[in-house]
Amino acid sequence: MPNVGRIVAVSGPLVTAAFEQPVVQNEVGYAEVDGLRLKAELIRVRGDTADLQVFEDTTGLFVGGRLEFTGEMLSAELGPGLLGLVVDGLQNPLVELAEASGYFLARGQYLAPIDRERFWAFTPSVEAGASVRAGDALGTVPEGVVEHRIMVPFGWTGWWTVREVAEAGDQRVDDVVATLEDEAGRTRQVTMVQRWPVKVPIQAYRERLRPDRPLVTKIRIVDTLFPVARGGTYCIPGPFGAGKTVLQQLTSRHAEVDVVIVAACGERAGEVVETLREFPEIVDPRTGRSLMERTVIVCNTSSMPVAAREASVYTAVTVAEYYRQMGLHVLLLADSTSRWAQALREVSGRLEEIPGEEAFPAYLESVVAAFYERGGLVSLRDGSTGSVTIGGTVSPAGGNFEEPVTQATLKVVGAFHGLSRARSDARRYPAIDPLESWSHYAGVVDADDIALARTVLQEGNEVAQMMKVVGEEGTGLDDFVSYLKAEYLDGAYLQQDAFDDVDGASSAERQAVVFGEIARVLRAALRLDGKDAARRWFQTLTQATKEWNRAPWGEEAFDAGRDRVRELLEGVRGDA
Amino acid sequence: MHKAYTRLERIAGSVVAVKAPDATYRELAQVSWPGGTSLAQVIRLDGERAFLQVFAGGRGLPTDARVRFLGRPMRVPASDALLGRVFDGAGRPRDRGPEIEEEGVDIAGPSVNPAKRIIPRTMVRTGIPMIDVFNTLVESQKLPIFSVPGEPYHELLARIALQAEVDRIVLGGMGLKHDDYLYFRDTLEEAGALARTVAFIHTAADPTVECLLVPDMVLAVAERFALRGERVLVLLSDMTNFADALKEVAITMEQIPSNRGYPGDLYSQLAARYEKAVDFDDAGSITILAVTTMPGDDVTHPVPDNTGYITEGQFYLRDGRIEPFGSLSRLKQLVNGTTRDDHRALMNTMIQLYAAYRETLEKRAMGFRMSEWDEQLLRYGVGFEERLMDLEVDLPLESALDVGWALLAECFEPEQTGLASALIERHWPAR
Repeated sequence: MPNVGRIVAVSGPLVTAAFEQPVVQNEVGYAEVDGLRLKAELIRVRGDTADLQVFEDTTGLFVGGRLEFTGEMLSAELGPGLLGLVVDGLQNPLVELAEASGYFLARGQYLAPIDRERFWAFTPSVEAGASVRAGDALGTVPEGVVEHRIMVPFGWTGWWTVREVAEAGDQRVDDVVATLEDEAGRTRQVTMVQRWPVKVPIQAYRERLRPDRPLVTKIRIVDTLFPVARGGTYCIPGPFGAGKTVLQQLTSRHAEVDVVIVAACGERAGEVVETLREFPEIVDPRTGRSLMERTVIVCNTSSMPVAAREASVYTAVTVAEYYRQMGLHVLLLADSTSRWAQALREVSGRLEEIPGEEAFPAYLESVVAAFYERGGLVSLRDGSTGSVTIGGTVSPAGGNFEEPVTQATLKVVGAFHGLSRARSDARRYPAIDPLESWSHYAGVVDADDIALARTVLQEGNEVAQMMKVVGEEGTGLDDFVSYLKAEYLDGAYLQQDAFDDVDGASSAERQAVVFGEIARVLRAALRLDGKDAARRWFQTLTQATKEWNRAPWGEEAFDAGRDRVRELLEGVRGDA
Repeated sequence: MHKAYTRLERIAGSVVAVKAPDATYRELAQVSWPGGTSLAQVIRLDGERAFLQVFAGGRGLPTDARVRFLGRPMRVPASDALLGRVFDGAGRPRDRGPEIEEEGVDIAGPSVNPAKRIIPRTMVRTGIPMIDVFNTLVESQKLPIFSVPGEPYHELLARIALQAEVDRIVLGGMGLKHDDYLYFRDTLEEAGALARTVAFIHTAADPTVECLLVPDMVLAVAERFALRGERVLVLLSDMTNFADALKEVAITMEQIPSNRGYPGDLYSQLAARYEKAVDFDDAGSITILAVTTMPGDDVTHPVPDNTGYITEGQFYLRDGRIEPFGSLSRLKQLVNGTTRDDHRALMNTMIQLYAAYRETLEKRAMGFRMSEWDEQLLRYGVGFEERLMDLEVDLPLESALDVGWALLAECFEPEQTGLASALIERHWPAR
C-alpha cells in the first residue's frame, strides 16, 4: 500500500501535503498532475502536513491532488557507466532525455543514468567464504581509464560472508554478481548498481588523512603560490567577468587527477555546452584517451528548476565519493556555490523561515561547511588511498567578498583564490589576486623561494602605491627596481596564456625549474644604470622568459630559453 | 465548463484572494466587474483559497467581481499573423489592428536541454563597427546594454533592429515612455522594417503586472520562430523596469527582500529569461540584446550585477558611444577568426592605440608637453571616434576594417603599429 497524501497548498516550487501514515524527513514524494509524476523532496513536517520542494515546474497542481510518498531519501544511482555522462541535478542523462523528449526538458520525465543493456567484463576479486563489509570490493570491471570496483553496498551494516561470486565474464549492471550472507544467516544479492542518499556522506573507509600531496593544476599561480592539496578544498570568489568559469574549465582539463566531476550549478548552459562538445575531442596526455572518459558533468543550469539546483551539488559530491572508494583521486568543481545558496534562500523564503543576513537562511554556514567537509583524503580498508578535492566558485553580489556566502565558505576551505576585477580589467590572467589569496597547503616549489616571492610582491605593491602619489621621478632607483621585480614575477610567471598549448599547462617539474631561475633574478642585486635602463632590461628579460614559457619541455628550445634568461642576468649582476 | 466565483476575500495591490477549491496552480482566470475586465493568474494556492495576480491591477476592483477560471496557463499567439503588429503587455493589440484568434503557445515554457545546444558559430552583422569589429555579436548570445538613463540606447536598439542581418526581430518594451514607444513604431515603419518585426510594448502608464509578462511573451514568440529555423533577434528595454516590477509584486506578496528590496530569486528570474537565448542543433537561433539602465551609474546595483553574471559580456553605452573599454563580447573569438585574416589583429591594435590616445588626453589635461608620438595619437583618436565609434556610422564589417587601415595609414608609419609585417603587406593602403 503506497503512502498517499493530499495536496493542501502550492506556492512556487513548494507544495504542502496532508498525510496520515508516517513520513520521513528528506524522503522523495511524487506530486501527480495530468498523468505526470513530479519528483519532490520532503523538507519540513508540521503537525499532519508536510512541506515538499518540487524539482519541476508546479503548473497545474491543485488542492486535493495526490502526492505519493516513497519512503526513500533522494538518492543517486552508482555503478559502472557513470563516467562520460551528462546528467541533470536529479541524475537524468540529458543526451538520452533529448532523444526521448526533444529540444526541451519535459517535466516528469525520469530516466536511469546507467545503461542497463551494456555488458561489462567482470573479474571477481574475492572467493566464496571470504568475509566482507560495506565498501569492500567483490570484483572489478574496466571502465575506460579506470578500474571500477564493484563493492558491497555502502548501506549494508555488519560483516557478510560471500556465498557465491560470479566468474569472470561479461555482465550487465543488473545481473547478480555475488550473494552474501549476514551474521543472522540472511542472504542478499549484489548487482553492479547501488543507490545512496545524496545528502549523506559515504564513510566506508578506514580513516581520514591530512591532505599532504599537492594536486597539480598546471596553473602556475595556483601550484606555486596558492596550492591545492589532493583531498583539500578551495574556493574561487570573483565578480562577474573575472574569469571564474574559464579557470574552472582549465582546471577540469589539466588537473592531474583520475576523475573530474563538473557540477554546473545555476550557471549558463552555454558553458556546459562547451565542455560537452569539446571534451570528447581532447586527448588527455596522461592516459591517451579522450578527456570525456574521466569526466562526469552534473548540470543544473540557471533556467532549470531551482530545487533541483540544490540537489545537483549533492549528486555531484556523491558520485565523487563513490569513485574515491575505488582508490582514485577525484576533483569536484562546483560552479557556482552562490547559486546553490540562492536556491536555499528561495526555498527558505517560501517556508517563511526567519531570515539571516541578506535573507539567506540562518543554517547557510553549517550547510556550506558540511558540503566542503565531504572533501578529503582517506585510506581505504585495502590500504589504498583515495581523495575528493572540492573547488567551488563563489559569485558574490557586487563583487564584494564581505557577503554571507563568501564568508561562510572562507571559514571552511583550505585555500582561497580571490579573483580581482582590477587584474582582469588589466588582462592579467588568471586574475587571481596574488596579495589577497592564501593557501594552507604545501606547493610544488621551494618554500624559501615562495616566501621570497611574497615579499617581492608586497614590496612591489608598496612602491606602486607610492609612485601613484610621487610619480616615477620621485621614486629612488632601488625602490623602482623592487617594483620592476614584482612586475616581472607577475608578467613572466604568474600570468599565463591559456590559449598557448605549452604555456597554458605547466607541469610541476617545469614550474620548479622555471621558478628557480626566477627566484635567482628576484634575489640578485642588479647593476642597472638609471630607471630607463632598468625598465628596458626588465622588458627584455620578461620577453625572454615569456618565450621560454612557450618552449616545449624537454626540447632544445627549452634549454635555450633558460640559457638566455641566465645570460641576461649575468650581464647585470652586481653581486657576482 | 469552469466555475465562476463572485466573492473576493482579499485585495492587496494587484493580488486578490478568492475561495476557489478547483483552481490549479498558474492557471489563468478572467476577472470582470462593471468597470472593466482583466486576466489574472493563480500565483498561490492555500487550502480552498486561490491567490491571483490581476494583470490590470487592483484599482477600482469590487469585492463582488466575477472570477472565471479558464483552465489553462497564459498563452500567446505565435504565427506569421503577428508580423508587423504591436501588442501590449497582456497580448492585446495596441495598433488598432484585429485581435489574433488562435490557440497560441504557453509562455514561460521549459528550458532547452543543454544536450540540444551547439557551440555558437555565426556572427550577427549589425553594420555598427563598434559591435561588428570590436565586440562581435554572435547568434544565440545574450548581451545587456548597460547605460545610465539619458544615453541614446533606444536609438541604438532601433538601429540594430533596422540593420541586423536576421530573419525576425521581436521587440519587448517594459515601462517605456509613451514617446519612446511611438519612436520605435515610427522608426521601424519609416524604414519598412515593421514587416519582419513583432512588438510587445508595456508603457509606464500600464499596470505593473503586465510589465512582467512582456519578456515571457516575447521569448515564447521568438522560440516558435526559431524552432522553424529562423534567426531571431530579441530586443528588450528596459530590464531594470522588469526587475522593479518583480520587486513591487514580491513586496505586495510579503516576500522577504534580499538586497535593496529585490526578491531573493532575482537571479533565477532574470536567468530564466536570458537563458532562452539559444542556437538549436538543427533549427534557428535566438539572440538577446537587452537594455539595462544602471541606477546611479552603479554596476554593482543588484540588477546590472545579477545580469552580468548571467550574460555573455556587456556593452557599455557612455557619452553616446559604445565604450571600447569594459564592453566585451565573450563569444567574439568563436567567430572573428574566420571573418577576414586581419580582423583580430586589427581589432587589438586599434584598441591598444585608442587606449594610448586616452592616456595622451590625460597627459594633455595635466599640462604636459605633447611629443611627436602624442600628436599622432591625438590625430588617430579623433579619427577613430568620428569614423568608427560614432553610432551614426553604418558600414559592413569589411568596409569598417578598410576604414581602420586607412586611418592607421593616415596617422602612423607601418612599424609603429606593431602589426605583423605579412598583414601590413597585404592591407596597408598605398599612398
